[in-house]
Amino acid sequence: MKTMRQDRFIVDRGIKYILLVFALISIIILFLIGLFIFRQSLPALRTIPLSDIFLKTEWRPTMDRFGILAMIVGSVMVTIGALLLGVPLAIGCAILLAEVAPRPVQEFLRPAVQLLGGIPSVIFGLFGMVVLVPLVRQIKVAGNTGFGLLSASIVLAIMILPTITTIAEDAIRAVPQGFRNGSLALGATKWQTITQVVLPSARSGIVAAIILGVGRALGETMAMIMVIGNSVIMPKPLNGNPFTIWLRQARTLTGSIATEINYAAPTHESMLFVIGVVLFILIMIVNVIARSIIRSRKH
Amino acid sequence: MRRLTLFTVLMIAAIVLGACAQPSAAPTQAPQVTKAPVAEKVTISLAGSTTVQPLAEKLAGEYMKANQNVMIDVKGGGSGVGVKSAVDGTAMIGMASRALSTEEKTANPDLIATVIARDGIALIVNPDVNVEGVTLDQARDMFMGKITNWKELGGDDQMIVLVSREEGSGTRTAFQEMVMKKDKDGKENLISDTAILQSSNGAILTTVSSTPYSLGYLSMGYLDNSVKALKINDVAATEENAANGAYSVVRPLNFLTRGQPAGDAKAFIDWILSDAGQTIVKADGYIAAK
Repeated sequence: MKTMRQDRFIVDRGIKYILLVFALISIIILFLIGLFIFRQSLPALRTIPLSDIFLKTEWRPTMDRFGILAMIVGSVMVTIGALLLGVPLAIGCAILLAEVAPRPVQEFLRPAVQLLGGIPSVIFGLFGMVVLVPLVRQIKVAGNTGFGLLSASIVLAIMILPTITTIAEDAIRAVPQGFRNGSLALGATKWQTITQVVLPSARSGIVAAIILGVGRALGETMAMIMVIGNSVIMPKPLNGNPFTIWLRQARTLTGSIATEINYAAPTHESMLFVIGVVLFILIMIVNVIARSIIRSRKH
Repeated sequence: MRRLTLFTVLMIAAIVLGACAQPSAAPTQAPQVTKAPVAEKVTISLAGSTTVQPLAEKLAGEYMKANQNVMIDVKGGGSGVGVKSAVDGTAMIGMASRALSTEEKTANPDLIATVIARDGIALIVNPDVNVEGVTLDQARDMFMGKITNWKELGGDDQMIVLVSREEGSGTRTAFQEMVMKKDKDGKENLISDTAILQSSNGAILTTVSSTPYSLGYLSMGYLDNSVKALKINDVAATEENAANGAYSVVRPLNFLTRGQPAGDAKAFIDWILSDAGQTIVKADGYIAAK
């Protein structure tokens, strides 16, 4: 009896250390990647003034002009566009799954939404290129090529949908049943209960979901390259109507790395790593914000 | 209870063994790979430009048929990868669809470029464009954004949608040198930054063939019926015209080696430059190296 207990103790300890090693490996990999990207970016950071990199819009690596402002704006705009289109859809979907839909509908819808998250991004890109771009081109505005921020935002909105829906649904489900019962008992309708009791209670979780969606959107590469047109320009409206800005082509940060790394000469290559550092920092900021919101919810 | 413990121990043993086996698995695998082409077999590795890649694969296939003991491995990646892999030795031969830049030459003075073939660059338009040809200057002005409407060239009243390759691409660099050129003050005439950029010859073809009133350029070897090639200075973009010098937008396709080609790589390059190799080059739609 005694020996058996000792056996179990050893097994427990053993598992603990093995898991610790696994956890450490993933942290070390993250650290090494960060170190590598930063080290590769140093030659460019040393030779090119920071103001030239972050405040200029002209990107002509073969002529030593390395302004990335237009790409930062491109990435931010397409992310905003995706959020404007995707967030209402995703939150609506989460409410349906958590509060409204009967169980059979849930059982069908939830895997469907999750499957959407498993589709490779190049498939979304292909769909965008073959279906969306020609559709967007139907908008009769001079200079509209179909490739641009609008097509990219729509594709990206579909891609962040599963991320936001899944996490927002969890947040809504985490609201104690008592809140709903209390609200209904006071005579509120189901819709009033959802909008005025459940959603406010789940607010921090929903915000965290959206921010994780932002992280996903910023990192998306392949699908964007295929539909956004990739021109390095500051987006501006095609004509007097400010909404036509969404028909302009743009370039994302990730797209620059992916399209140009194969051809890059030394300084150009190092500069692409600077873009990598910018992305790394952006994603870290986004994740830290999301974490702190999730944590504050627990207190 | 006991069975459960035993199970756990076995699980852990499996995991630990699995983890231990991994590093030892690598060395046992590695010799297999290198041994595969037995003692007298030789491997020639190529990497680089996606423009040169299909031609290199074709040549490699024919060469391997004639020389059973040779294994030729052709990888893509782009002209930049071609230069890099020739320099650091990851490939015996680097492929580049452009001349070496001065930066690359000064950094690697021992890099030797051997022209194995030449390739024309065709100006292509969507089939709905009813303009048949332009002058070289008009081509430049269109890509600079000075001519923005097809009606200025006698076509429909429609805006020209520019499609170009990304910065650093061998095709773009060659197009810049041969069509855009420099202005009187020695400054490069820049391709308009509103052009849609695509990152391969194939993507250019898809984009131009599916975008109304679009204009792009690509390697002549990729031309097909989905797009229309424009005449330049009244000369049609055909291999024949490019070979006899009438069509002027032609660039070299280079094999890069560190130092003069030697050994197996030299044998392969010599064969490509022989009549047998150059016949394949021509049959594949490229122009002989001369």
